[in-house]
Amino acid sequence: MMEDIEHIEKEMKLINADGSRLDGRKPDELRPVRIEAGVLRRADGSAYIEWGGNKVLAAVYGPREAHPRHLQDPARALVQCRYNMAPFSVSDRKRPGPDRRSVEISKVISEAFSSVVFKEQFPRTSVDIFIEVLQADAGTRCAGLTAASVALADAGVPMRDLVTSCASGKIDGVVCLDLNKEEDNFGDADCPMAIVPRTGEIVLLQMDGHLTFDEFQKAMVLSIGAATRLYELQRDALRRRYSVTLEDILKESPPARAPPARELDQELDRDREVEPEPPLPPEDDFGAEGI
Amino acid sequence: MSEEVVSELMRAHVYRLASSGQRVDGRGLDEPRKVTLVRSFVNTAEGSARVKLGNTDVLVGIKMSVGAPYPDTPNTGVLSTSVELIPMASPTFEAGPPRPDAIELARVVDRGIRESKMVNTEKLCITPKEKVWIMFIDIHVLDFDGNLFDACSYGAVAALASTIVPAKVQGLGEDFPLAVEHWPVSVTTVKIKDILLVDPSLDEERMADARLTVTTDENGDIRAMQKGLRGSFSYDEVKRIIETSQRVGRGIRPLLQSP
Repeated sequence: MMEDIEHIEKEMKLINADGSRLDGRKPDELRPVRIEAGVLRRADGSAYIEWGGNKVLAAVYGPREAHPRHLQDPARALVQCRYNMAPFSVSDRKRPGPDRRSVEISKVISEAFSSVVFKEQFPRTSVDIFIEVLQADAGTRCAGLTAASVALADAGVPMRDLVTSCASGKIDGVVCLDLNKEEDNFGDADCPMAIVPRTGEIVLLQMDGHLTFDEFQKAMVLSIGAATRLYELQRDALRRRYSVTLEDILKESPPARAPPARELDQELDRDREVEPEPPLPPEDDFGAEGI
Repeated sequence: MSEEVVSELMRAHVYRLASSGQRVDGRGLDEPRKVTLVRSFVNTAEGSARVKLGNTDVLVGIKMSVGAPYPDTPNTGVLSTSVELIPMASPTFEAGPPRPDAIELARVVDRGIRESKMVNTEKLCITPKEKVWIMFIDIHVLDFDGNLFDACSYGAVAALASTIVPAKVQGLGEDFPLAVEHWPVSVTTVKIKDILLVDPSLDEERMADARLTVTTDENGDIRAMQKGLRGSFSYDEVKRIIETSQRVGRGIRPLLQSP
């Protein structure tokens, strides 16, 4: 079995002769991403993201009473994340429940959001973020984090900004953006990161594999570029959920009838009577010498 | 299924409406909510279905793997059903090992499929006593708005019906669909004081005194039943519930059967 894999690894060409990748993308090209906000009824906020072959749901509850109680912080809210993969989300059935990998991912995502949520506004509470991977195709933590940002905003949790996440890596010696499953399995390095787009702060950074310092810098440039594009998609999802047209507003609350013009004039007159202009001081107040 | 409180006002409202044959969402007492079905939602699974029953949202995935049969059934495939009540779906669900309600739910869904002989498990035998196909039905509850029994059951039936057994990658010949021979449909009724309501919404379920899930097959025969909650039914009520389940089941079955 092991020999088989090594055999495949040697044979596997991930970059075509023309420099394109197996799925036809250029090195700096993102897979198709679609984000939808407000998809669940019970959750306080939710979002669904399709990112290449990834399908990920995110939901937010809170700020609500923190459980277990001994975790409560009298000064600020906790930001707790649970990243979970459905048993059928991968090709070999994953046993239900948390494993070491998902516990680690949950932790780093919690920490990423902790730095943007205004925690001090909600002492003793917990903001609970749930990320469910329904179908996995590499980059699930980035997809989950990007969706969870939208879910937090959908829940109305005050934040400094959305968080946006994307990975870069190296395949066949070429630094590429947003690896898919084959590229992740047979590639040389993978480097997921998350940033706060308005400030450029990096709130999540992981790396495995082998990158030179130069390659790492290239990867970061790619990821940051992608993050700005994803940021626009996140904001667009929220706009689609919450934007209202003039027609919507008029339907909700038709404008009050404007009072007839004459009444308005009288009202203005009344105003004038109530507040007479202060009388000008007599000219000789300046004294004999003038100014 | 949850500890959330239903206000006295809502209790009175639901009961007053029900006394005159009406419900909060405008349905009749024996009318289920709208069922919508998306098949093959997850392509990493061998079969899958996302079912919405009203606002209750459930995703079911089927994974097939090769393993050993049980010693007492050496020639038949194995069925394993599990439900995850993930904390995303409701403020009352918590992470952790399955609680008794999730275990009951999984077992009731499993029973309907197993006892109706929906899937011919003898065709899932590879080598008697040694190797058979194992069907894992994994039910992921995404949004909980009442009546998981029926939503999960519809999802499981639709997902099984769309399952392709991956024989080729195991070196066991060509891929083939599961041999589906029967079509069980689960219908859940709750009793609030003296009134019976089919397919309870969340509030109705939370204030219910008793619950009865009846799974019938395409002949109207009963394949599985489960009574729940602390209240009781009269024999006459049980008969009425079975008749309603047969009728409602006939309405829903074509949707599950449609490709």
